[in-house]
This record gives sequence, structure tokens and C-alpha cells, in this order.
Amino acid sequence: MGSIVEVNGPLVTIRQDNIRNGEQVRLGKLGLVGEVISLHQDTALVQVYESTESLRPGENVIGLGKQLSVELGPGMLGQIFDGVQRPLNRILEMSGEQIARGLEVPSLDREKTWHFVPADKLAVGQQVCGGEILGTVQETETIQHRILVPPNTCGDIVEHACEGDYKIEDIIASVRNKNDQIEHLKMYHDWPVRTPRPYHSRTHSAMPLLTGQRILDTFFPLLKGGKAAVPGPFGAGKTMVQQQIARWANADIVLYVGCGERGNELVDILETFPELTDPHSGRSLMERTFLVANTSNMPVVAREASIYVGVTMAEYYRDQGYDVVMVADSTSRWAEALREVAGRLGQMPVEEGYPAYLASRLAAFYERAGNVNTMAKQSSGSVTLIGAVSPPGGDFSEPVTSHTKEIIRTFWALSKPLADARHYPAVSWTESFSDYQDRAQSWWAENVDHKWAKHRQYALSLLTQADELERIVNLVGPEALSSSQRWVLETASILKEGLLQQSALDEIDSYCSPAKQFKMMDIMLRFHETGKELIKLGAPVEQLAQLPENGKIRRIKSVFTNDQLSDMENFAEELFEHLDCMRAEYAGAKEVQA
Amino acid sequence: MRQVEYKQVTSARGSLLFLKGGNNAALGERVAIRDKDGQIRNGQVIRTSEDMVLVQVFESTANLDLENTWIRYLDQPFELPLSPDMLGRNFNGIGKPRDNRPPIVSSLVRNVNGAPINPSARAYPKEFIQTGVSSIDGLNSLVRGQKLPVFSASGLPHNRLAAQIVRQAKLPDDSSNFVIVFAAMGVSHSDAHFFETEFESSGVLRNVVMFTNLANDPPMERLILPRTALTAAEYLAYDLDHHVLVVITDMTNYAEALREIATEKGDVPSRKGYPGYLYSDLAEIYERAGRVKDRHGSITMIPILSMPSDDITHPIPDLTGYITEGQIVLSRELHSKSVYPPVNVPPSLSRLMKDGVGKEFTREDHPHVASQLYASYTRALEARNLASIIGAEELSGRDRRFLEFADAFENRFIMQGEDTERNIIETLDLAWELLSLLPPESLSRVSEAEIQKYHSWDETR
Ligand SMILES: Nc1ncnc2c1ncn2[C@@H]1O[C@H](COP(=O)(O)OP(=O)(O)OP(=O)(O)O)[C@@H](O)[C@H]1O
Ligand SMILES: [Mg+2]
Repeated sequence: MGSIVEVNGPLVTIRQDNIRNGEQVRLGKLGLVGEVISLHQDTALVQVYESTESLRPGENVIGLGKQLSVELGPGMLGQIFDGVQRPLNRILEMSGEQIARGLEVPSLDREKTWHFVPADKLAVGQQVCGGEILGTVQETETIQHRILVPPNTCGDIVEHACEGDYKIEDIIASVRNKNDQIEHLKMYHDWPVRTPRPYHSRTHSAMPLLTGQRILDTFFPLLKGGKAAVPGPFGAGKTMVQQQIARWANADIVLYVGCGERGNELVDILETFPELTDPHSGRSLMERTFLVANTSNMPVVAREASIYVGVTMAEYYRDQGYDVVMVADSTSRWAEALREVAGRLGQMPVEEGYPAYLASRLAAFYERAGNVNTMAKQSSGSVTLIGAVSPPGGDFSEPVTSHTKEIIRTFWALSKPLADARHYPAVSWTESFSDYQDRAQSWWAENVDHKWAKHRQYALSLLTQADELERIVNLVGPEALSSSQRWVLETASILKEGLLQQSALDEIDSYCSPAKQFKMMDIMLRFHETGKELIKLGAPVEQLAQLPENGKIRRIKSVFTNDQLSDMENFAEELFEHLDCMRAEYAGAKEVQA
Repeated sequence: MRQVEYKQVTSARGSLLFLKGGNNAALGERVAIRDKDGQIRNGQVIRTSEDMVLVQVFESTANLDLENTWIRYLDQPFELPLSPDMLGRNFNGIGKPRDNRPPIVSSLVRNVNGAPINPSARAYPKEFIQTGVSSIDGLNSLVRGQKLPVFSASGLPHNRLAAQIVRQAKLPDDSSNFVIVFAAMGVSHSDAHFFETEFESSGVLRNVVMFTNLANDPPMERLILPRTALTAAEYLAYDLDHHVLVVITDMTNYAEALREIATEKGDVPSRKGYPGYLYSDLAEIYERAGRVKDRHGSITMIPILSMPSDDITHPIPDLTGYITEGQIVLSRELHSKSVYPPVNVPPSLSRLMKDGVGKEFTREDHPHVASQLYASYTRALEARNLASIIGAEELSGRDRRFLEFADAFENRFIMQGEDTERNIIETLDLAWELLSLLPPESLSRVSEAEIQKYHSWDETR
């Protein structure tokens, strides 16, 4: 047994023989858990996941002989875990409203029974290897949990369980490995969080991750297995964007990681998700969702761990053949946790106090996103990673934002002026980008409309033209613009208010199906074209701008539901009929003039 | 408690004492420091090893010498004795009376640092609090259990606004009053006096617990004061079932004290010399607000901070904004136009408003009206900006209406007397009156039905 030498905030120096780097330890009377991060001659440095208050030099240290790992098995969905995968509901039962320290709680429920259905392969004499499916249990109504052979195991089955009810500690198969040893397999296994889980090969999908948010899906698409970032100053809507994705994305599994953010935001999910219906499965959203929470007032070292704990659990469902989305709010808090430990270690800061390895850690984390053929080649799955970034002062040139921007492929930049005008989602159409748009295009062409890419391009160009025109107006006044330029401004305002703006709180508009997204854009662009013709025929812009149609088009989003597209079509026909009449009048008048 | 006193100070600097010989002091342990005159100072172990202890002294190390300083380890963390008798009293940062009355004696003591609330124990705050201030209730509503700071700056009337909120805050259909915990750090005598008189004249003094550290009191005490105050607040809320309103002022003085000690300790600075852990440290304070399942009481928090050089991107307001559930920002420009309260609407936000207003809580049109006022006011500010470039005469007819709206909005909606209390229906009706200055097709945030019901448009005006 070792002993504590020094306590300095979350870092504790210990004297302990035969301890390894990365090994977990328990410290002192309270049994606080930490992880060795460096070794020196006869001492080791430990970062502690819990507050070290009241810890003293001389107290005992016990090495736990394993790295920071998570338990992977049925019982994770619907749960909320802390940054080191302790179930917060169990902790609530054990220690009340405030989280006590040094609690020993298994991550997965040991008492719960699961109905196990063996796979065909589960037969004596069969060889099974890492990643293969031993059988299934129904984890929630919607999700079938596939029990996997742990990645590093391979051998012949000598004994196995039949269909029936088991607890996760029960042995469901015993295999003889090539060293002639017997390994017992249960419904769960451990995996060290800092090691990416293995897969067979990477694949490239062209399936968009549809979120039901127009500015994301239509303008800056993300693919399943992709990596995206949402940077923005405080209050710009990062959390709301991520919550909307967690709600509506066409993924099988959603993992929400609250990393250094507010407790109430997690409660919001815990209270609302069970009541919401997944538009894809028709079942309660909570059946496919789980959470990892290290709120801003929880210890900072567990914040660093929480990201890895989360992504490892996400990979595990990927390995079962599922499309998993992990949203992390906020990766900046994770980076700050890195910085804090680095600072106390006396490591040389390179930019704004961050250590030199910030960029490589960020890259390594996002590299765990992707589409894969699973280890046993039986299926494919994906992990999509979406990280919020919270730049100090909203300045995107700071280290975490700028490094992240280099790594990710979809960038949803939130703008303070838009948020201040309550234009939500405050995603800037000038600063955001998506490298996936070409691949998304083929999906839209096949499934929605082949005009998608053209429309999208046209709408974006109107928006940028309008930005330019507004600059001119602000220099010399609106009189400097031609009629058709003023019409561009009008259309851009319709696009902004009617299409880009989408309130998460609007019952109808919170989720917008791809078909509705396209149809709305189509109507607005047609409106623009018709208006353009009318102006050519001499109709004054002011008259067009004051048409009641202007207000109606802006409200389409919250008038017609996703199932009422034909009503929307009828509405559009009526609207264009009216405009056609006007056009006929103006054309007539023009002819008379001529 | 250890009876032994140690004489082992090897150096004293600023508010730090370095002691040789570790004595196995616990991290966070409280120590008593006796100087050559027999005076006792308070300190806390902030780093401890087998052969060295670092102590932070709340009263600073001024006039200590290395020869005649004795240390006693008290074998306990900083704790606050709790009892209902705290109401109506005034304490310093470590819970000692400032009002010449006897100290609180109680067998119930709690560590002032608390422990993080389990997120699954929290209940989502939803109950609308009517402050009677239109710019808050109408646009950025406060709910019970929210942490909503006021971002102010020197010379702006944040104290008057805070006092008005304390005076008027209530639930529309609930008569139970708030109990107030008032935490003041580094404030001037006159500010402290202002609040005391306020509490007295509005008759709430018996429901107030004050924790005061004045500008000339030891700065390091500011680091523990909000924690002490919140320990009292938690006791009042969760043990005694009160709804507690915590007013903390001024968080900027707190953060400056934190920077001072961080610099003394040699911590790696991040922005503007503040330590990298300022975010986590502030969060330990702010996250103590909230509601807890199955508890009747609640903690609503209104921290006040002054933005150094009016800069909202300064680390103190910036990190605060990243933690709290919105912010009410005050504007020097409106203040100079004599608009009280000078609430700068665009950057102000209440994140918990979305679940606390509307049909069940205030009125069905409330969320839409708020959003519409934001949109129209932003548009109006653009028109005003344009008018300043090209002249108001050059504006289009539509833009001139917006210009008119901007003035009316500032002078009638935002502006209200310090003694004017508007209930939420009055606030919403006033909002529609002002929106009626604008043509209906420019209002896309409200529904057509709402326009029908509340908007009275007069084309000919
Ligand atoms: N899509 C949306 N629809 C409606 N309201 C929104 C939307 N996005 C943001 N909001 C509003 O903006 C507020 C702030 O959003 P959010 O909490 O997501 O900001 P944030 O960027 O995560 O801030 P922080 O960095 O401080 O956590 C929300 O409480 C909500 O009122
Ligand atoms: Mg957020």
C-alpha cells in the first residue's frame, strides 16, 4: 500500500511501488478515485475525479490495477451517468441530493434481469472472435442490444447459456482460447476509454444526418459518421442546436454529453425526452437516448474523462451496427480541464495557457467519428460527433475554436447579432461551411428533388447578395438601389424569416421534414422569380413588399405540418394564381403603353 | 481540534503563508493564526505536503513576522452554524456577526463549500416570477430557481434595479414572500447603507440575512463570502422550505480577489491574468441556485457584476454568461437618456423564460410578443442607424414607422418609474399598443390570430 505525499487541488502526489501510468487508484479514508498521469523516481502523480478537500499527506493509497474503463452492456439507454460512468440515479439513492465522495457504484445494474436470445452461432464447438454477436436482449422497446464478444477475445465455445433471463454478471458463454485457457463471457465487458475500439474497416457513407433543422440540413449538411462543431458566444444557441439534434436526428442512438455546462440543461432533457416521440420510430425519445453529465460545478478532472467515457460508449453501440450520434456540450470545457491539469503540472503553455498537445488531443477525439464495417464484418455502424465550442468573448480565433475548425468538416457558426435579434437558430450563413454538401446532394436528388443543389445555391447567393446590398444601403441609403436590387433584399428577408429562422419551441416547426424543407425553399424562390418578372413589367417594389402574401409566406413553416404538404401546395397555387393575375395586368398595361 | 500551536512560518507574502513541516494538514482545513499581539487571523490550507503547507490568510499577512506567528490547525473545514435566528442579521464573510449581536450558536453546521447537486435531483425551474418590471417580465422573464445576473457598469443604477426587484418580486398567484440572502463583496459603505435602508423601509429586513464585506475589509474574505451566504441560503430553502432570493454584489470584486491570490500562488494565467479555473470557480457559486425535487424551497439568484470598461467580453461577464441562465444587461446610452431601468434589450436574455411563460403561466401570446418585440426593436435600431447616416427625411415610410417605434419602445416600455409596478398583463397590453405602431405584415413572429385579437392597426396614421 502506498501513501499520499502532497495534495495540490485535483492533483495528488503519491508514493507507491509498482504503479503504472494510467492506472486507477483509491486515495485516503474517503476512497477518492483518481488516475496516475505521470511517474517520477519514487513518486507518481494522480489526477483525482472528485474534490480532494480534506485529503491529507500520509493517508493510504491503493492501486486498482486497471485503467479508466467503462462497462459496456445492456442497461445504458435511458440512464444518466457522471463523467466516470457512475449512474447518477443510483448515486441519488445512495447519497441524496448532493453527490457524496468516494462512492463505489457499479456502472450497470447488477440486479436487473434481461431476456437473452442466443444467436445461431452460439453452439458448442463454434469459434467466436471479437465483435461477433453472441445473442441479443431487448434493451428498450426500440433498441435491440447485441451482446458482443469482447474485442480481444477469440476461441471455441465450450459451454453456453440457452435462451432465458439473466443478470449481466451471469456467464453466457465460455470459450477456450488459443492458449488453451477458458474465458468466461458475460453480457457486458470492460473497455479502457482512452483506447478507440477496433473495427474492421472504414467506409464512406452518403447518408445525411437529418436533423429537421433547415439551416443545418438544407444549407450546411452533416453526414452520418461525420464530425461537426457548433461554436458561438454565450447565449447564441449551441445547447439548443444540440438538443434539437438529440431530439430529431435520424440516428438509432443518441448520447448527450454535458461537459462542464449547466445542471438544469440535463434536467430539461430528462424531463422532456420521455414525453417526446421519435419521429422515426414513433416511440418515446428516451428509449434511444442516454446522457453523460459532468456539470460545471462537478470536479474538473472528471470533465476531461467524460468526453472519452462518452465516445467509448458511442463506439460500443456502433459496433453493434447502429448509427450513433454523440453531442458534446461543450468541448471548450474539456479543453480547459486539460489546461488546468497541464498548468498545475508546470507544463509549458503555448497559446492562452493551453498545452502544446491541445490540437492533437482534439484531432484524436474527432477521429473517433466515422462509418465502419464492424470488427466481425457482420454489419456497419457509425459514430457522428458534434461538439459545441465556447470561445471566450465569442472570438473564433482563439485556440480551441481555430484548431477544431481545422479538424471538423461541418461548421455551424453561431452569430451574436442574429441571436440578439432572436433569429434562431443563429447559424450564420456567411461563416458556416460544410464539406459534405456534394455527398449530401446525391441523397437529396434521389429522395427529395433533383433541383435541391441548384435551389440551395440560389438561395445562398441571394442571401450573400443581400448582405452586400445592405452594406451599400448603410453607406448611401436605399435610394441608391435599383428596383430589382430592392427585390433581392425583400426575398432575402423572406428567406431569413421564413426559412432560416426556425423556433425550437414552435410545436409545428420544431422538426421540419426534408420534403417540407425543399418545398418551402421552392415556394420562396418561385415567389422571388415571379416578383422579378413583375418588377420588369413595371410593378413597384413597395407594392410587392406590402402584399399580404409576404406575411403568409413567412408563416408557412408554422402553419402547415410535415403531413400537410399538399395543403401547402394548394396554398402556393392560390398565391401564385394571384400573382399571375397581377402579371397579366401589368403585361396588359405594358402592351397598351407600347 | 489540535491543541498544539506550531511556529513554523518560513515566508509570508501577500495573503499567503508558507509553513515548513507538513503536520499532515488536510486540504481545505481551517487554521487559526496568532500574531505577536495575540490577535487571531483566519486561514485555510490550500496546498499540503509531507514537508510543507501553504495557507491562505483571509485578513492578509500584513504585520506578521516569521518569528512571532503561531499556527493552530483546527481539524475542520470552513463551516457555518445554521439556525432560523440568522434572519435579520448581518455577518461577515466567514459568518462572524457584524451587528454587535451574539454569534449564532447551533449544533447544525455545514461545510461552506457544499457539494455538487446531483443533476438527477434537480427539478426544472418553471414558475414565473413577476418582478413588475416590463423589460424583465415581458422580454426576459425570471423564474423561481433561476440564476439571472445583472451586467452593469460603474455609475449605472444596478443597485436601484436590484432593490426594486427585491421589493416587487412575487408569484402572480402566490402570497408567500421571498426570504432574501444578501451577499455584498467589496462594496462601498454607501452602497451597503442603501440596501439596508431599502430593506428596512420596505419592511423586509426581518426576512433578510446579510453577509457584508466592504471595500475596506480584507479582500480575501470575498473568496469565501458567497459560499457562506449560499450555505445559509440552502439551509433556508431546503431545511426551512423558504423561497430564497439571493442577491450577490459585486462579482467583479470577487473575481479580482481570486486573480490576486492566483497570481500570488503563481498559477498559470489565461485571459487578462485571471486563472484558467475562474470558470469552474464561478460555476461552484452560480450552480448552487436552483430547485430540487421534492423540496418546497428554492434558490433564485441575482448576481450583480460590473463590466470593466463596459466590456461584455471581459472574462468576468463572459464566463458568467456562459454559466448563468441569461443576463440582464444595463446600457450607459439609455441611462444617459434618463431611461430607467436602462435595460439594454438586445444582449439581454433569459434562458428559462421559454418554459415559464405562455398559456399556463402568463398569457398565450407572451412568448411570441417577446420575440416580436426583439425582432422589431432590432429592425428599428437599424432604421435609427440608417437615419443617422442619411437623415430621417430620407427614410422610407416603413422605416420611419420603425423609428417611431424605437422611441416609443424605449420611452414607454423600457422606461418605468422606480416605484411603478406593472403586472404581466399590463406589460403585455402595453407591448401590443406599441406593436400597433407597426404594419401587420411586418410582424411575422406573432400568429395571424394574435394579430386579429390584439393588434389595432390604423393605416391612416
Ligand atoms: N432554435 C431555437 N429556437 C428557439 N429559441 C432558441 C433557439 N436557439 C436558442 N434559443 C434561445 O436562446 C437561448 C440560449 O440558447 P442556448 O442555451 O442554446 O445558448 P448557448 O450557446 O448554449 O449558451 P451557453 O454557451 O451559455 O451555454 C435559449 O434559452 C433559447 O431561449
Ligand atoms: Mg449552452
